[in-house]
Amino acid sequence: MKAKIVITPKKAVLDPQGKTVQAALEQMGYEGVTDVHVGKYLEVDLEGDDAEAWKPKIEEACHKLFSNPVIEDYEFTIE
Amino acid sequence: MDFSVLQFPGSNCDQDCIHVLRDVLGHQADYLWHKEESLGNADAIVVPGGFSYGDYLRTGSIAQFSPVMNAVKKFANEGGLVIGICNGFQILCETGLLPGALVRNRSLQFLCEQVYLKVPTQESPFTREIAMEEVIKVPIAHGEGCYFAADETLEKLKANDQILFQYSSADGEITDEANPNGSMLNIAGICNEARNVCGMMPHPERASESILGEKDGLQIFEGMVLHFQGVPISKEEASAAC
Repeated sequence: MKAKIVITPKKAVLDPQGKTVQAALEQMGYEGVTDVHVGKYLEVDLEGDDAEAWKPKIEEACHKLFSNPVIEDYEFTIE
Repeated sequence: MDFSVLQFPGSNCDQDCIHVLRDVLGHQADYLWHKEESLGNADAIVVPGGFSYGDYLRTGSIAQFSPVMNAVKKFANEGGLVIGICNGFQILCETGLLPGALVRNRSLQFLCEQVYLKVPTQESPFTREIAMEEVIKVPIAHGEGCYFAADETLEKLKANDQILFQYSSADGEITDEANPNGSMLNIAGICNEARNVCGMMPHPERASESILGEKDGLQIFEGMVLHFQGVPISKEEASAAC
């Protein structure tokens, strides 16, 4: 079983990486790109097959370690 | 006075701090390895700059779980003096001892340069020796020094006079041009509400000796010593010294 965690910068936080990537996309000729945010993706291998039991633990780890709630949002799935 | 300078894997300004505290300031200073669970007889803690744990995940994010940080949290909550410099500031924010967070510089560049700092308040152990409204010159060296906090946190920082250092021009103007990294309110350093914990991105330990060009930073460590010795803040004395 795996927890798949996506972390993105909060909207209010300056995201110069996202802006730079967006500028590169425009340079490449892609039209209609309105915004880019650069975040992180983590895969965490888990023992057993009880996703419900893991959920609160992963939630806690997301809050305390994987992300900083001051500047980042997170979402995850366990499958 | 006994200072302890923390050492995490990847700390790299620890020796500079020890040098200034021992050889320039003339006080006791010792290294404290991050696996230690006790601070021993330390009177003040320095969380030095560097790249603790390789800045993996986020700057300061792994260091906050080192055993020594539990002792630092307890020490700080009991009123002990703690100063975090550069990566140390990032660690103190991650630990929750200071509000806000440090994110990537708006230029995306690592910045290594001299900056001017306006010191808006003398009411802290860290700024008490710096004359009112004085501008000091101290270097920065960071890639993630852009201070971010939610609006209500910024309001609290202002209301409680917790902003200790702001990037400014040489004559003390707080302008966007003087802001090297995009920090909100040009914040370069803050303290907690109880005023015993300070975090700052600039490196005072690199500006504490005339032979190195600047010694404005020394006043920050001197202030900590005087506070520890119980010497009351004297605004006139601080002004006269400059």
